[in-house]
Amino acid sequence: MISRGEAWFDEAAGPLVRPYAVTRGRTRANRYPLDLITLVVAVHPEVHAAVVEQEYARILRACAFPQSVAEVAARVDLPLGVVKVLISDLIERRYLIFRASPSPAARPDLVTMQKVLDGIRKL
Amino acid sequence: MGYGSSDDLDPTGRTGAGQATPAPRRRGRGARSGTDTDGAGLALDAVAIKVLVAGGFGVGKTTLVGSVSEIVPLRTEELLTELGAGVDDVTGVDGKTTTTVAMDFGRITINPRLILYMFGTPGQDRFWFMWDELARGALGAIVLADTRRLSACFPAVDFFERRRIPFVVGVNCFDGEQPYSPQEVRQALSLDGDVPLSMCDARYRESNKRLLITLVEHVMATVRRADAAATGLRPSGG
Ligand SMILES: Nc1nc2c(ncn2[C@@H]2O[C@H](COP(=O)(O)OP(=O)(O)OP(=O)(O)O)[C@@H](O)[C@H]2O)c(=O)[nH]1
Ligand SMILES: [Mg+2]
Repeated sequence: MISRGEAWFDEAAGPLVRPYAVTRGRTRANRYPLDLITLVVAVHPEVHAAVVEQEYARILRACAFPQSVAEVAARVDLPLGVVKVLISDLIERRYLIFRASPSPAARPDLVTMQKVLDGIRKL
Repeated sequence: MGYGSSDDLDPTGRTGAGQATPAPRRRGRGARSGTDTDGAGLALDAVAIKVLVAGGFGVGKTTLVGSVSEIVPLRTEELLTELGAGVDDVTGVDGKTTTTVAMDFGRITINPRLILYMFGTPGQDRFWFMWDELARGALGAIVLADTRRLSACFPAVDFFERRRIPFVVGVNCFDGEQPYSPQEVRQALSLDGDVPLSMCDARYRESNKRLLITLVEHVMATVRRADAAATGLRPSGG
């Protein structure tokens, strides 16, 4: 935890951003087990995009087809942690559905790996 | 980090018989394991697999990802709020400014139900905390090494060993050739005998495909060995 008023930043690392306006200060994204490659897809993107705020609408439109959380973050150009909060909101409203890996720590089975191998060979 | 630039190889120091061997990596194994919560979501019909591309600053990670990805590498950013902590640790600090760390990634759609993502890890040690999220559930990793700055990949090798994430090492030959034999590099990195190491050129798709194939084969061999050990059998053919 950081105590209030204790600013920590590093100018060399990149531009300063103010993400909390978007998420209204909420930074906890652990309502759902979302990681970088969790796939998400919008249920009726155009219908729902019309009734939500702009940042949510952009996410819904980016999720017309299944996308990883990382791809969504890149496409809407918002930091990962912020996108996770917004995606979680949309999941809660049932505008988005997601598929977590069966167990985030589990490796794919050998049959799946063989398919990956064959796929790379064919590239 | 315990890796200083004094460990780095001197590119001008190639003097035939008197050639120094690369400075060795100190081995260290810290016990650390993460627990993750399982979550049941609505089924979307695809399996996503993650491979990491790691190595020191400027070693060719983004080049590799870009050459095999079907999309132009995308860039995602994470907020840097406090070293060792993700964004989750800042609660209710409205309007607080932070900095970001960027990760490049690419995608290979094997088929509509199977997608491979390749993530380039941030090249700087101080972005370490991102590696936990990056590594969680990763199939394996490619560590790129540049023999002119070999120590730059030591932290990556340490990390994957400690986390027991299978990895292969690609020695990116910037000068077209490089002064050390694979065996010398292997020794300098203190690699376990079964970790594949090969010369590569991150600018060439075929070279990168070969690294990926080597990695998946290595992971499969590792899994088969573990399965065989668990059932008390020996893997056939060694
Ligand atoms: N000669 C040669 N140049 C390379 C090779 N791989 C990458 N480069 C060049 O080296 C530079 C750095 O490559 P990047 O792919 O950006 O390296 P990176 O590891 O992503 O760098 P950071 O993300 O900044 O850590 C680029 O100009 C590449 O064109 C290689 O195998 N041989
Ligand atoms: Mg890069």
